Amino acid sequence: MTPANGRLKVLLSLILALLLTVLPVPEPLDSFRPDWVLLVLGYWCMALPNRVSIGYAWITGLAVDLLLGAPLGIHSLALSIIVYIIVMNYRLIRNISLWQQALIVGFLTMLNKLIIFWAERLLFDISITPMYLWSILTTMLIWPWIFLILRKIRRQFAIR
Amino acid sequence: MKPIFATSTSLQLRLFFAVIASFSLIIVDSKFDSFANVRIYLNTAVSPLIYAADIPSEMLKGVSNNVVNRRDLRKQVKAQRDKLFIQQVQLLELKHLKEENKRLRALLNSPVHSDQRKLVAEIITVNSDPYSLQVVINKGALDGLYIGQPVLNEQGVVGQIVDVSATYSRVLLISDVTHGIPVRVQRNDIRAIANGSGELNSLNLPYMPHSTDVQVGDILVTSGLGGVFPEGYPVATVTEFSYQIGQPYAQVEAKPIVALERIRYVLLIWDGEDNSSDNETETNKGGTL
Repeated sequence: MTPANGRLKVLLSLILALLLTVLPVPEPLDSFRPDWVLLVLGYWCMALPNRVSIGYAWITGLAVDLLLGAPLGIHSLALSIIVYIIVMNYRLIRNISLWQQALIVGFLTMLNKLIIFWAERLLFDISITPMYLWSILTTMLIWPWIFLILRKIRRQFAIR
Repeated sequence: MKPIFATSTSLQLRLFFAVIASFSLIIVDSKFDSFANVRIYLNTAVSPLIYAADIPSEMLKGVSNNVVNRRDLRKQVKAQRDKLFIQQVQLLELKHLKEENKRLRALLNSPVHSDQRKLVAEIITVNSDPYSLQVVINKGALDGLYIGQPVLNEQGVVGQIVDVSATYSRVLLISDVTHGIPVRVQRNDIRAIANGSGELNSLNLPYMPHSTDVQVGDILVTSGLGGVFPEGYPVATVTEFSYQIGQPYAQVEAKPIVALERIRYVLLIWDGEDNSSDNETETNKGGTL
């Protein structure tokens, strides 16, 4: 398979993640929305650290900012740092069990949210609500499924 | 395969550049107004995703429109027709009052109000930044929308445009933390500023002396002082006025008149200056009829 073809699959999965990020859901479910972009981007960075890394994270973050109407650069900053941590430790993350990976993903989601909160706090006088942190749990619970689905895609199309 | 050391240094370098780029983007985006033009293009680039995300709720809307039965529709049409009739009669009165008002204002040498260009837009239901209160509407720069444009609905003030793309725009709601709107109390013309609280249904009025004549239930309307919102549109009703001894100011809270969590259609208005000729023709038409 040519590298260009693999790139298309990665981009498509990222676009799907972006779509799920802005998809409207009923109000009570909104704070349980998993961090789809972090899940998908995290998987590709762990699986293909030489191809998908900070460049992808920065551009995806910019798209998230534009889609959510957040101040530009905030999600780019957070995702770049998260992806840096993943790419630096990809060997470790690959070799632990799925549930341990989920714990790490939960930790990274929390870090992501804290960086975003801190950056917005610099600009505006905002406060955090505990409801905002529920999505860390759902992101952790969904990680194994995302991992298995994306691994199947990666193996089927032999993306390396 | 490159040696590990080389990749990790380049990775750190890339992170360094990414962080620098993010910070400069944050600063440029929030401090320089001229960057708004760049944002229009960037927003337009991601607009297919916004419209794609709206498809499921549009489909649901279509389904619920199809399952209404004949009797309900008939009832609805009758109610609408009655309402329209009453409003047409009120409109006749309004036309008369408008003319009278214009003449009186001319007598007083006050600036004459002119009709403004108006446009109806629909809300696109998409998720947005959890730290700010905003909605997306389906009209953009192609329809002539601009940043800072007032957004209303049939009940009162909704907010103002903060971000435009070619085909959609973002409206900052009046209850967002970063939003403030100059108001006056309808009963006695006391001026104030209504700041958003970050909660959808509450506004704060800071710096109100405790001796101010503001009561619970007072209606706040736009004062037109900021230059963004036209004068006289209802904004909120006062829900709390309390004063603690030792505090320099009273604590005044208000609730927006528009049910901000349930808006579906909004009205955009333009400054009436360049439409004065349209207005003339309209009144002429009214005169000949």
